[in-house]
Amino acid sequence: MSTRLLTWVVALGLLTGVAAAGTATRAPAFKAGLFSPARLAPDFSLQGSNGQELEMSQFRGRVVLLSFGYSSCTAVCPITLATLAQARRQLGPAATAVQVVYVTVDPERDVPARLQSFLHAFDATFIGGTGTAEQLAAVRKEYGVSAQKIPYGDSYTYSHSSFTYLIDRSGKIRALMPYGHSPDDYVNDLTLLLKE
Amino acid sequence: MRRARSLTLLILAAGVCAVLTWSGFAPVHSESRDRIFEIPKGTWARRMSGHNVEILPDHIRLTLGLRDILVLRNHDDVPQIFGPTLMMPGQSFELPFEQASEYQFACTAHASGQMTITVDPYPASPWARITWRTRELLSQLKDSSGTS
Repeated sequence: MSTRLLTWVVALGLLTGVAAAGTATRAPAFKAGLFSPARLAPDFSLQGSNGQELEMSQFRGRVVLLSFGYSSCTAVCPITLATLAQARRQLGPAATAVQVVYVTVDPERDVPARLQSFLHAFDATFIGGTGTAEQLAAVRKEYGVSAQKIPYGDSYTYSHSSFTYLIDRSGKIRALMPYGHSPDDYVNDLTLLLKE
Repeated sequence: MRRARSLTLLILAAGVCAVLTWSGFAPVHSESRDRIFEIPKGTWARRMSGHNVEILPDHIRLTLGLRDILVLRNHDDVPQIFGPTLMMPGQSFELPFEQASEYQFACTAHASGQMTITVDPYPASPWARITWRTRELLSQLKDSSGTS
């Protein structure tokens, strides 16, 4: 009698487990979109906003947030950079292992000094990269970033990719955070990458 | 004869009511939360030979809690701009959504240069459930007709 009861209990338990597994939802730990397998971030050599040469490979050992834009951008870039700055503040001391790299799509206006001044308004640790139009186009191609110059009155604007790449300590592009995510989401993902 | 026709209509109406009631009130769930798009092997070669190959629609609809992870896979032999990103051969990309909204991505693979992803809230009301089930059914029919 007790054997039969035990069999029923085990069977019921198994059924419940199967049902739970069937309805279980996957909770992605990362808020950003993940690449699998992760590829090595293409290296580049640009003029840094700090007046020095800027290479992606120089940041090995740190987590890099790589974004593309231009200092005259009034819509997307200020929000993205403010978000990244806030995320770094929220990280506290761990933020020293996080580097924000911002590559311009506007070589005409974004000379190193201008980039420096623009970026430091958000966070003094941010580094910008600029170069010739050809150099920047080559970098965008390697990273799958689009940028289109649009005439606007006597001037121009750019329509450009608005996401941010998350690059791990080993230099691999691990994830892509679309525009509009909160500092909390960045902190979540940066914390995961920093723990590795 | 007339009575038989009335009875048939009554049964049909009862059937429709039963389906609508079930659609509206039965809890919704999804086996997978992934909405998968794949670039098949040979896509680049087909494009180069002049074929118009459309893989990723310029408007994608997702639903929170049910189908809210966009999965892109590149099975081709060359890197491809796919949706918002560049994907290497054999690479996949999983993008989860946690907020109902409309998301715009620059996407050079489309003539408009834009891709829109609409993320609908979880269908909590009966009408929302009916709409979601209908959309899923149509999507599955479309997928099966596309692969057959």
